[in-house]
Amino acid sequence: MQEGMIRDIAAIEYNGRLTIDKPKDADSCVRLKKTTNARICVGRAGDRIKTETWLRFRADHAVAMDAVWSDVDESVIDQLKFYKIQTLAKDKEQYLTRPDLGRKFSEQTLGEVKKHCVMNPVVQILVADGLSSPAINANLADIYPMIVDGVRANGHQLGTPIFIKYGRVATMDQLSEALGACVTVLLVGERPGLATGESMSCYMAYESSTAKPESQRNVISNIHRNGIPPVEAGAQIVQLIDILLREKNSGVTLKL
Amino acid sequence: MSLNLTLYGEQVRGNMMLKTQLFGSIYRFKDVKEVLAKANEEKSGDQLAGIGAQNTAERIAAKVVLSEMTLEDLRYNPVVPYEIDEVTRVNQDSVDSDTFQQIKSMTVGEFREFILKTDNSVLAQIRPGLTAEMVAGVTKLMSNLDLVYAAKKLPVVAACNTTIGEAGTLASRLQPNHPTDALEGVMASVMEGLSYGVGDAVIGLNPANDSIDSISDILKAFKEFVMKWEIPTQNCVLAHVTTQMEALQKGVPMDLMFQSLAGSQKSNEAFGINVKLLDEAYRLMQAKKSSTGANFMYFETGQGSELSSEGHAGADQVTMEARCYGLAKRYHPFLVNTVVGFIGPEYLYDGRQMIRAGLEDHFMGKLTGLPMGVDVCYTNHMKADQNDLENLAIILSGGDCNYFMGIPGGDDVMLMYQSTSYHDIAALRELTGKTPIKEFYERMVALGIMQAGRLTAQAGDPSIFTV
Repeated sequence: MQEGMIRDIAAIEYNGRLTIDKPKDADSCVRLKKTTNARICVGRAGDRIKTETWLRFRADHAVAMDAVWSDVDESVIDQLKFYKIQTLAKDKEQYLTRPDLGRKFSEQTLGEVKKHCVMNPVVQILVADGLSSPAINANLADIYPMIVDGVRANGHQLGTPIFIKYGRVATMDQLSEALGACVTVLLVGERPGLATGESMSCYMAYESSTAKPESQRNVISNIHRNGIPPVEAGAQIVQLIDILLREKNSGVTLKL
Repeated sequence: MSLNLTLYGEQVRGNMMLKTQLFGSIYRFKDVKEVLAKANEEKSGDQLAGIGAQNTAERIAAKVVLSEMTLEDLRYNPVVPYEIDEVTRVNQDSVDSDTFQQIKSMTVGEFREFILKTDNSVLAQIRPGLTAEMVAGVTKLMSNLDLVYAAKKLPVVAACNTTIGEAGTLASRLQPNHPTDALEGVMASVMEGLSYGVGDAVIGLNPANDSIDSISDILKAFKEFVMKWEIPTQNCVLAHVTTQMEALQKGVPMDLMFQSLAGSQKSNEAFGINVKLLDEAYRLMQAKKSSTGANFMYFETGQGSELSSEGHAGADQVTMEARCYGLAKRYHPFLVNTVVGFIGPEYLYDGRQMIRAGLEDHFMGKLTGLPMGVDVCYTNHMKADQNDLENLAIILSGGDCNYFMGIPGGDDVMLMYQSTSYHDIAALRELTGKTPIKEFYERMVALGIMQAGRLTAQAGDPSIFTV
């Protein structure tokens, strides 16, 4: 047995990487490869993909699947003093197969929320695991203080931050109605693509309501270190909150 | 021809038996729709809709009751009433009454055996007598192998610039998607795909940007490329039908026109379409298309889309899917494929349900008379992986599925799901001894990409096309 470690295959840079045996024109292949993140110029073993290509694919899928099936690290949530609640979904499996339950709370949960959280906040921040807990683990600690500081600096009052386990986007409507919030901001883990398990979205609405269509919401998606970095997204969110409050409107009918 | 509406309702329903005993327990069902739903193999979507069987015994009891119903019972109990749904009307009005008279008294159980034991040429003749509910009904009595065995007896050939569905061929859609539709990046995937002998069914992009200018540029680029390299195939951009109609009006070359279909009027409204619009699109395409053959429409479907837009009318997802095919048939399409595992685990939970749905859809499409392909795929929140995908693709190849998708490395970087790869197409052809569509295959041989039915040593190198 040898000392040392096999390289991290997930760290191999694929931009411009060429693994075709004896290409007719290697320079052209590299140029083509740089125009897309699609898995081209990978070569073949018979009619099958090469071992490196196959294992990288499996690694990228593994990260995505694990993102769906893991839970948010609640120590971060606790540190940031979030009030924690759960939807009607009782576990991850039920959450995935019953989207309706992941949008709703029991009367008891809503009662507790009203008792423990600031009522009629100008800005209500919510965080939900959605379809990727690592998205929250990776981005929340960076983005949350940015939003809080920005909103306070603009002179708006904040509600009690709430973390929703097994939560889908529509939870924001029910909570906004229960709390009487002006602007509701939901940070939620996105459905992961291959190798992109850390992507988070931010949904925002003015007087978010179950009676309004989905088009009431504004969204910033693709928030992660290789997409829109959390600090940059935080600044955009603060600005958008200001606009929503000024225009008393949100979604498709809001002219930005 | 219009239906005699008095045939609907209690009068016919009263003659059916909706009750059975199984191992001494009594099972009662309230109507045909409930029997159809509960006779389905297990699907998370039927459970989400609250209409699936409560347990396995009830599922089998429903199959028993279904097996005793006649095709006439199914015809006159469509899952969405004729009066309120244009998909039902299109399907019912298309029935050839002479053919229907010949088959109407067969029970669904007899119909299953009829399909399994009858010669291909006779089977093809009964298609005009069928409705979606009959097609879905018999599917629920079939095992996975039955579905493959039967589908193989139901070949469907269609002609655009080239002819798809001929014996001994396995075609592929080259799907060169790109996160921003950047033309260079799209074309890079086109070159890679063609270098694997992929793209004989169509070179078809799912656009990230649905604008007329963008889709026109891509359609033109595809056309110029295949003209330059003399590759016999079809071009398509899978934008909304209204966007494609506008591009067509401007004289953009378009061989195939695309649209997603659903199995009810309400769900089609959610897609922004109706029969009048599709009729109009068909006529416009007939006048302005750049392709030569009689078949020039391309449709995609998939179990669960009706429930997701709350247009399932309390019916199960297999029956709703069959209704999509009933609608598609009106437009004599060149390509139809179910996108089997795209919509998520709340409709198809895992690899087992995905495989079942793929086999059901392929069979139902072929029985309806459609040149059926399958987008064998899964998303990252399903309990499925590459092995499940490959299993389904191999099984479908055995049933002579017309075509599959070809995607670089099986990873669609725009739609964020996994489907069959360029490599998979090549391997499936080699395993089953099939070749691409004839004219396309001959051109691949001339380009040095294929020889004696297989890829050559220089295949898989996109720089073949950069000179």
